[in-house]
Amino acid sequence: MAEVLIKNLYKIFDRTEAVSGIDLSIKDKEFVILVGPSGCGKSTVLRMVAGLEDVTKGEIFIEDNKVNDIPPKDRDIAMVFQSYALYPHMTVFENMSFGLRLRKFSKNDIKLRVEEAAKVLGISELLDRRPKQLSGGQRQRVAMGRAIVRNPKVFLFDEPLSNLDAKMRGQMRIEIKRVHQHLNTTTIYVTHDQVEAMTLADRVVVMKSGKIEQIGTPDEIYNKPVTGFVAGFIGSPTMNFISCKIEKKTKRFIAKLNSDLEFMIPKQKEKILSQYINKTITLGIRPEHITEIKQKSSLKIEAKLDIVEPLGMETMVYFSINNAQVCGKVSPDQSIQNGKNIKLYFDSLNVHFIDPETDLVL
Amino acid sequence: MKNNILNIKNSMHANRRWALIAAYTSLIIFVIFFLFPPYYMLITSLKTNKEIAEMASNPWLIEQGVTLKHYIYLFTETPFLTFFKNTIIVTVCVVIITMIISVLAAYSLSRLKFWGSGVLATGIFLTYLVPETLLFIPLFKIVGWLGLLNSYWVLVLVYPTLSVPFCTWLMIGYFSSIPKEIDEAALIDGANHMQMLLKVFIPVAMPGLIAATIFAFTVSWAGFLYPLAFIYSESEMVLTVGTVTTLIKGDVFNWGSLMSGALLAAAPPVIIYAFLMDYYIAGLTSGATKG
Repeated sequence: MAEVLIKNLYKIFDRTEAVSGIDLSIKDKEFVILVGPSGCGKSTVLRMVAGLEDVTKGEIFIEDNKVNDIPPKDRDIAMVFQSYALYPHMTVFENMSFGLRLRKFSKNDIKLRVEEAAKVLGISELLDRRPKQLSGGQRQRVAMGRAIVRNPKVFLFDEPLSNLDAKMRGQMRIEIKRVHQHLNTTTIYVTHDQVEAMTLADRVVVMKSGKIEQIGTPDEIYNKPVTGFVAGFIGSPTMNFISCKIEKKTKRFIAKLNSDLEFMIPKQKEKILSQYINKTITLGIRPEHITEIKQKSSLKIEAKLDIVEPLGMETMVYFSINNAQVCGKVSPDQSIQNGKNIKLYFDSLNVHFIDPETDLVL
Repeated sequence: MKNNILNIKNSMHANRRWALIAAYTSLIIFVIFFLFPPYYMLITSLKTNKEIAEMASNPWLIEQGVTLKHYIYLFTETPFLTFFKNTIIVTVCVVIITMIISVLAAYSLSRLKFWGSGVLATGIFLTYLVPETLLFIPLFKIVGWLGLLNSYWVLVLVYPTLSVPFCTWLMIGYFSSIPKEIDEAALIDGANHMQMLLKVFIPVAMPGLIAATIFAFTVSWAGFLYPLAFIYSESEMVLTVGTVTTLIKGDVFNWGSLMSGALLAAAPPVIIYAFLMDYYIAGLTSGATKG
């Protein structure tokens, strides 16, 4: 159990800045997920914490010890890799006990720890198999088991579920959450999958081009994104972005999407939007806030549907406003088809306004 | 419709039959061609001198009875056992030296990215491309200067110049195919470079290690030019050159004993290949099937 502190961290590979000045403080027992598109530097940060990459500039502390120059084996961390990285010539038992054997644990202690970890992960009956004889999900469990037996201060996960099929990924996600609840070890988890980020994390760190865009709980990241990038990256289907013009009409502020569509801006946003009057800004709204249900704050849209995507639990509908594709979410019993016109309601209380120049959510 | 399917089935059968006939024919020709020399060695070594010398006798068969005279002559009248012993000493040393150097070199060249490692890897391979027929002249000077001429230890020194480059190059290939994450996992598990090499790399690259061992063994066991050039006392000779120099006297070819010597000299590699091949294949396919 330990805190991890990252101060002003930089990594430069051959003149390319992969990580540019990251500051992050991870509390004891916390599950923190680094998420972002590929090449955003999230894995590099994790590898620097693990000690697999040198730190160009900045400091990393694990439980008050500066670890910049400490080799991986002495940092008391365990890592789970995307490719599992199991030793192909060893059995599951040998794989899980390798670290303990190198650290000269007693045979009894090793047996106890491996069996305990195997029980937690439900792989007790696989201990004499070799990695080749296991399915992807089982291999991932063994990789986790190898991390668990050492009882390290920090767990590091590098996209551990990316090589699994969708169903297994869902199962393993629950498994990882269960193991974390059971062990309560500080965890840093890297993924590009925002579903994993939303479901597993205590806090999510959204990264872009080597920098942190936002740190927050999954709820904050989803409902109160601070930049257009975070708003667009988190959520599936992604948030709709439509350009609109801010106008002032008889004391109130109006967001005008086109000549037919305009709505009154909620009062609390007026102050910050006052400097954008008569300017074009970007409006962001999540698909679940464009529905067939009329609410008090709704704006009615006559939508000509381009595409209808029935998903069973809900139906996604796609149409255009100002040449931008917009996605809405309706209940599945709506008898709707491609090309049809449908009345949809736009929940104006749940819109975000984004400055197109700074990308900041206003 | 049904006829169509039957036709396709028949044509597939015919196709497969022709492919099999072609495969068997070419394989049988190949086997006969390559098994003829050992067969000829075997039957000639068991023939009497009279039958070997007779122009009229059938060279394919033993017609005038089997004799072990040539073998007895080989063991009692020639230093064949000394040659055998010398060859074993040289080969064991060469294989050990080669494997130690090339495994360490391959590990460092494929994993410890140091300044000049790429150039060094290419350089090592280039040394393999210089033929021994060119090398033995300058080497003669060097081993003479070292005072090793006319001793089988010279072979322990010079054979690695042939085997190390190739084995290193082979092992670099095997080590490079091991995913980088495996090293990283071992590093986090607490392994240092030596432990990583001994406990992870060598077991995982076992098929490559065996291939390299077979190569080093063959270089040393079957080498002819270097012992011919560097050794001239019978007590220091190895099998290849020793058998020839002691059993061909002037223009007298002692065919029966030559063949029995050649057969016995060829036996250890065959036995070792057969044993290691099983191991090699087992290494390649372990865990490939669901158990």
